Amino acid sequence: MNTNPAAEVARDDSEGMDYLVSLPRRMVTVYLPILCFLIVLLFPFYWMGLTSIKPNDELIDRSLNPWWVVDPTIAHYYHLIVNTDYPVWMWNTMLVAVTATLLSIAASVMAAYAIVRIRYAGSRWVGGMIFLAYLVPPSILFIPLALVVFQYGLFDSPMALILTYPTILIPFSTWLLMGYFKSIPYELEECALIDGASRWQILTRIVLPLSVPGIISAGIFAFTLCWNEFIYALVFISSSENKTVPVAVLSELVEGDIYHWGPLMAGALLGSVPVCIVYSFFVEHYVSSMTGAVKE
Amino acid sequence: MATDAERVRAQETAAPIDLWTRLKYDRNWLGLWFMLPAAAFLLLFLTYPLGLGIWLSVTDTRIGRDGVFIGLENFEWLNQDPVFWLSVFNTFLYTIVASILKFALGLYLAVLLNNHMPWKAIIRAIVLLPFIVPTVLSAIAFWWIYDTQFSIISWTLTELGLISENINFLGEPNNARASVIAANIWRGIPFVAITLLAGLQTIPQSLYEAATIDGASRWQMFRHVTYPMLTPIIAVVMTFSVLFTFTDFQLIYAMTRGGPANATHLMATLSYQRAIMGGNLGEGAAISTAMIPFLLAAILFSWFGLQRRKWQQGESDD
Repeated sequence: MNTNPAAEVARDDSEGMDYLVSLPRRMVTVYLPILCFLIVLLFPFYWMGLTSIKPNDELIDRSLNPWWVVDPTIAHYYHLIVNTDYPVWMWNTMLVAVTATLLSIAASVMAAYAIVRIRYAGSRWVGGMIFLAYLVPPSILFIPLALVVFQYGLFDSPMALILTYPTILIPFSTWLLMGYFKSIPYELEECALIDGASRWQILTRIVLPLSVPGIISAGIFAFTLCWNEFIYALVFISSSENKTVPVAVLSELVEGDIYHWGPLMAGALLGSVPVCIVYSFFVEHYVSSMTGAVKE
Repeated sequence: MATDAERVRAQETAAPIDLWTRLKYDRNWLGLWFMLPAAAFLLLFLTYPLGLGIWLSVTDTRIGRDGVFIGLENFEWLNQDPVFWLSVFNTFLYTIVASILKFALGLYLAVLLNNHMPWKAIIRAIVLLPFIVPTVLSAIAFWWIYDTQFSIISWTLTELGLISENINFLGEPNNARASVIAANIWRGIPFVAITLLAGLQTIPQSLYEAATIDGASRWQMFRHVTYPMLTPIIAVVMTFSVLFTFTDFQLIYAMTRGGPANATHLMATLSYQRAIMGGNLGEGAAISTAMIPFLLAAILFSWFGLQRRKWQQGESDD
């Protein structure tokens, strides 16, 4: 093998058997395909961003190059924030997402602890049922749930969403936290029991502080799921001031057959910002919860 | 065991164990208290509606009017309804084509990302973006990308001289099917790629070293080391992917609402149209119920995938 040792030292990010593959070969077989993937995956975002800052006359002018903007404007964002209920929709989505996430995490922590550590009769069976509940999709539940929501008198209120979203979140986060709690040593709990701690004290004083990363992972994932949820919000909410962002952008910003693409794209982009911010701070947690849910 | 210590203590204290002590220390009672919040949510808003949905499917309930039991009439009615069968066909086409492509491209991307490269963490974070952004919002972006008059794809292809007139992406049945499938693939690739990447990272490097010494080519290494090691996790990831594609609603609703001429109606969107827009709760519930057998098949598949994974890792079945 006639590799140049100096070149090896310079490429310090190479590891393992990488020296067997030359740099030009890596360019073609690794970097180029990744670049293509990134371009395709990011293009819709570029297009959303570009459209949202294009003035209306540029949007419909076919003589200009649509890939660029000549005279950027923030008029669409201004219109969205001042002339529509957009801030209210944002607030609704935030309220529902945060409350539903907190409720679900609290319920899941207790359930997961009971299944993994209290090990009551039938706990394994319950664990299996929770995994099955994870696989029940909202699109076969929304019709009967609409009736239930109506019977409980929750129709068209944020409570309808706050109480129904946990059915999507609890199975997933319980499953995730069960895996996490299993990794905490028994011995710590034994010590606490000998010292006379109750189960509740063990959970809040010993298990919870040790599983903060797991809880954050589950919380982040739950938050993004809430933000993404659509069908329940579409069916259970009817008045504009109670709608969440995904539903409102689609139903309130589209007027008849005239599509106001500028405000629509601005709305879609702004609606993605909160999840992207949360995601960017906790990428590792997010990835670990996503893969953990599959691997456990 | 923690619970043994508890039992010993319970016996040593007061001789007669009163009800309060039992409620506080008995393992099964304690388990019940801890399960209560989660169980309340799941029973009230998941199990009960699931049963109610099956019941609705054998009644003629309409919005604002309680129904009566009518047996399998809804299903007989659906059986004669060409739109229902078209939606079944569409659902299968959508699920099969999108899942195969998501799997192939996702696996390819996972293998690419498994290489050592600069800015690996940032690239991985960017790859996941389509999965983070709410589906409806990215679907709206696709709707605009597929616009009949101002589509950027049509414009670029025209400039390049490849086509002479705009492509009618969402107006013509087969184009519309291809367009929504493409949007679904775009959103699904990151999930498949990142979860499979996590699986790839658990494969010991020594296997590849051994294969290299044996003179295996890159393709042989993939075929005989990577793929077999990855099979169990592929089974699980693809079950999730198939399940969520099969029951997809948002993307279709945002982009086509089932049109043109019902060409993109999936079972979920059809049940929404019949039940909520049309008011026929019974009929809509029957369409939802018809989806359950397929979901069960997918879940069983996933279950065996998990079992096989445990077996492969030498984990006992506890």
